[in-house]
Amino acid sequence: METRNLTCICCPVGCQLEVKMEDGKAVSVSGNHCPRGDAYARKEVTDPTRIVTSTVRVSGSVSGVKAVSCKTASDIPKGKIFDVMRDIAGVTVTAPVHIGDVVKANVAETGVDMVATKEVL
Amino acid sequence: MKQYDIVIIGGGPAGLAAAVAAYDAGVTGILILERDKELGGILNQCIHNGFGLHTFKEELTGPEYAQRFADKVRERDIEYKLNTMVLEISRDKVVTAVNREDGLVDIQAKAVILTMGCRERSRGALNIPGFRPAGVYSAGTAQQLVNIEGYLPGREVVILGSGDIGLIMARRMTLEGAKVKAVAELMPYSGGLKRNIVQCLDDFGIPLLLSHTVVDIHGKERVTGVTIAEVDDNLKPIPGTEEFYSCDTLLLSCGLLPENELSRAMGVEINRATNGPVVNESLETSIPGVFAAGNVLHVHDLVDYVSEEAGAAGRAAAEYVRSGGQESGGQEISVNVEGGPRYTVPCTIHPHKVGETLTLRFRVGSVMKDRFVSVYLDDERVTHRKRQVMAPGEMEEVKLTRAMFDKHPDLRHITLRVEEA
Repeated sequence: METRNLTCICCPVGCQLEVKMEDGKAVSVSGNHCPRGDAYARKEVTDPTRIVTSTVRVSGSVSGVKAVSCKTASDIPKGKIFDVMRDIAGVTVTAPVHIGDVVKANVAETGVDMVATKEVL
Repeated sequence: MKQYDIVIIGGGPAGLAAAVAAYDAGVTGILILERDKELGGILNQCIHNGFGLHTFKEELTGPEYAQRFADKVRERDIEYKLNTMVLEISRDKVVTAVNREDGLVDIQAKAVILTMGCRERSRGALNIPGFRPAGVYSAGTAQQLVNIEGYLPGREVVILGSGDIGLIMARRMTLEGAKVKAVAELMPYSGGLKRNIVQCLDDFGIPLLLSHTVVDIHGKERVTGVTIAEVDDNLKPIPGTEEFYSCDTLLLSCGLLPENELSRAMGVEINRATNGPVVNESLETSIPGVFAAGNVLHVHDLVDYVSEEAGAAGRAAAEYVRSGGQESGGQEISVNVEGGPRYTVPCTIHPHKVGETLTLRFRVGSVMKDRFVSVYLDDERVTHRKRQVMAPGEMEEVKLTRAMFDKHPDLRHITLRVEEA
């Protein structure tokens, strides 16, 4: 049986997790102090995902703001982080922008939208 | 002279939470003074996620977290002035501020809440030899340039210090196409959160060099590289371990310092361990009616705790105003620390003024494993909690209750003790 040691990233506590693996699947998780750690560990060893946060250009802002922050609305496969960055590199949105507005739909074919995280008037 | 019940110095997360809590406690004559062009403070440039798990039970980015509190302030019609710099606060709570619309103004407050936050330790404070080329930035300045202004400050980067902002910027610069060659940390442990080591360094294969520091900065016009050396147990560079890293940018993430020029100038007593004001259970400084919360009081790791602490300061300031500025009076007891904590906030307690719960926050001076955190009221141990690991980079807290103090009417000693398991 294979064992993998991880640090949970779900919250700032950073629990040290031990995952017991068999045939590439997690059979048990220990070290977590909450259910999110268990779910994170099982996912991390088979299909790791991350939220990506970045900025895109914004035009027409009355306050002269040049960039608006954004994030993937949910986590995307870790291996696609740089595909997401490439896909939003050329994006310019027009003000006004509100929190939750889609700045790039289905970013990098992940099925997840990139949404604004700041209001720009 | 304009008069307000409460004037709040700084409209970052602490100032906003203090304002909302004071308003909800029934005091409405509140003014927030903010030197930036928008509310929210440093949260506006912290575009990464992970904020708000405690406060909102969801994971928000910095700007989203700031917006939640800015909305609360606007819903309550709490007054605020932007682009306004506070120059001086007098002992009798006259706040002198300046901006382009009003010019120089004096404002009389009944109570003042200090929420100015902190700033980064600069190259000058680190004593790194070498020339003074372009390309040396604090991590927070780089964050401002990338996330707000839209500039990438360099292509090949070395980061000194493993504080959270440095780790976050290692990832951010990498995502934007820069090559981050290494993060060097003087101490044998990281100053940042464990989750940030994983998702900002490990995810991108960026090496973390513990017990290493920058001993030379090369380049005359622009940084061309840095020399990194290993340090010994006394944090002195070990000869022969020097290694050259070619880079055009050095980011410094070497700690945060509470920004207390205004507090010092008005005569507030400063705690040497935190560089923030000495405060009692009401988060009231050595000047009655002047309160402090957030990073100006002591540097926090999590904004949720800043908001919580500032809420308590806001309620205490409201109570001070409602009671007509009565001084605390009664017996005041210093909190003793033993076995590892460097300080506690608050550091003195008036037992008769403790509310339903009182949070004692502290940091330890070195990494400690398998310890118990205990609080003693005289000889009675009132809390006893196991902690597997405590590190200087992570703030600890322990909660006390009104009921604990009620059992000790003649209390003389309060001790926070870290004990071997």
